Parts: sequence; C-alpha cells; structure tokens
Amino acid sequence: MALLPAAAAAPPPSLTAIEGEVMCPICGTLLELSDSPQGQRERAFVERLIARGDSKSQIKDALVAQYGPRVLALPRASGFDLSAYLIPAIAFLAAVAALAIGVARWRRNANRPGSKPAAAAPRGEAAERLDADIARYDL
Amino acid sequence: MSARSIAALLAVLAVVGLLTFGLLSKGSAKIAVGDPVPDKALPVLGGSGKGKIADYRGRWVLVNLWASWCPPCRREAPLLQRFWRRWSRRGLTVLGIDVQDNAPDALAFVRRYGLTYPQLRSVGEERSAAFGSTGVPENFLVDPRGRLALIWRGPVDEAFLRSRIVPVVQGGSS
Repeated sequence: MALLPAAAAAPPPSLTAIEGEVMCPICGTLLELSDSPQGQRERAFVERLIARGDSKSQIKDALVAQYGPRVLALPRASGFDLSAYLIPAIAFLAAVAALAIGVARWRRNANRPGSKPAAAAPRGEAAERLDADIARYDL
Repeated sequence: MSARSIAALLAVLAVVGLLTFGLLSKGSAKIAVGDPVPDKALPVLGGSGKGKIADYRGRWVLVNLWASWCPPCRREAPLLQRFWRRWSRRGLTVLGIDVQDNAPDALAFVRRYGLTYPQLRSVGEERSAAFGSTGVPENFLVDPRGRLALIWRGPVDEAFLRSRIVPVVQGGSS
C-alpha cells in the first residue's frame, strides 16, 4: 500500500489557527485582532490559499513572500531571526553563571580567616534582660 | 584594564549595539524636497524583471505609493491614469509602487481601473520606510535629475495635479 505524504494526510489549516500566528503588518496587531481594510484583504488572501489546499507552512511562506518577514507573529528559528531565541537563552545562562560565581565568591570570603565574625551571643546582664523580655512577651 | 572591566564594557557595548540596531531597523527615513529620491530596484508588478525610478532619468516622474486595500487610492487611480495619458508624451511618467499589499489583489486593482502606467511592487515595509511614509497613498514628484521636487503625503485630485504638479513640470524647475 502506498504511503500518503504527511502533508496530504494532515487536516487543512483553519483560518482561525493562522490568524493567531500572523500579523497585520500595517496595524501592528495579530491578524485575528484586526478589522482594518488591509487585515481583511490579508484574511481573504489566506482563505484563498486554504481553499487551494496549502498547508500552514506553505501559507506562512506565501504571506512572507507578499508582506515580508514581519508578517510572522513569531520570528523563525533560522538565520538571523534565530537570535531572538538564542539571545534570551544565553542571557539567562549568563545570569545564572554570574549568580553562581557571585555566591561562591561570597561564601569563600565569609569562610576566610580574619573575616568579620558573626555577632556574639549576649552574656551576663544582657542575657538575663533578653530572657526576661522573652518571658514577658511569651515568645 | 582588568578582565572584569573589559567584560563589563563588552556587555554595555552589546546592549547599546542591540538598542541602536532596533532603533535603526524601525525608524523611517526623513526626506525633503531637493534630496535624491530613495531608489531601489523592485520587481515589476505582474511582470518579470525589475525596475527603478532611475530608469526614467531625464523625465519627470510622479511616484505614487498605493495599495489595493486603500479607499483613497481607488479614487486617485483613474485620475492618475488620465494624467499619465495626457502627460506621458510631454516628459512625465507616473510610476506606481504597490506597498504593503499582496500581488493578486494589486493586479486585480490595476485591471479594474485599467491602469497602464508602469507599476513596481515593494514587499514589506522597506520602501514605505525609505520614503518616510506614514500611509497610502503618498505622491512624490521627482525631477529629471532624480531629485525630489514635491512631496505630497496624501491622495491627489484633479485640482492638485493642475495647480501643483503641472506648473512645476511646465516651468521645468522644482
């Protein structure tokens, strides 16, 4: 039995699904939020491609060819646009590394001989006064 | 300079570089009368090959930025067609640049209004940004040397063409 191509087996994309993933470039909003004339024409263009049987990725490619890459709500994970995903991840890792180095350095300094000692526990009269205060406030 | 200072300086430069890139990529150009017209080879709408404003050097060019979804462009297109027919033999070309549009709609627009003046097509917002455009339609009169003689950020009508474009072209000066 011949295997059907994956694209042929996949259900056709819905206008609603695509509207949520592409922009109305003039309006600067998602297409699903736009009721402008340009948004309406873009929507009609998508509907024609759906009727023609195009897949979601084919429709997005066609939209980019017509309106430019800014029509995509999310940048593509390739080429220069990949930096939109890489830079936040690298920044996060750098922040974690900086935090880890900072904590390690702080602990090393704290354990170093001659570093400022922790405050000593109260003794003598001060200790008695503290005990009395604690008893008075039932702490 | 310590390694820590160099790292901090590099981090600051990276942030400033990213911010600058963001501002430059979003910003629109500011153009003025007397400036060279922003020009770039663009695909011919509905045809093969590319064209640019400089192809008409030696003639006056009325560059019209338009889109099929724009209602004022529908009112303006027949006027521009008549103007083009009247003036094409007298040294003026109307050149349409379809922007922020899709090609099938743009071609349907050209057929519907019987437009025969040359048409180019710009994908995305790059050309609009180059002209400092704030919307469509916008019109730019370019002198025979390729310099902007008039900038009109809106639709033209018969009176405008007669009173603002014709005298400049007939006078041969900007």
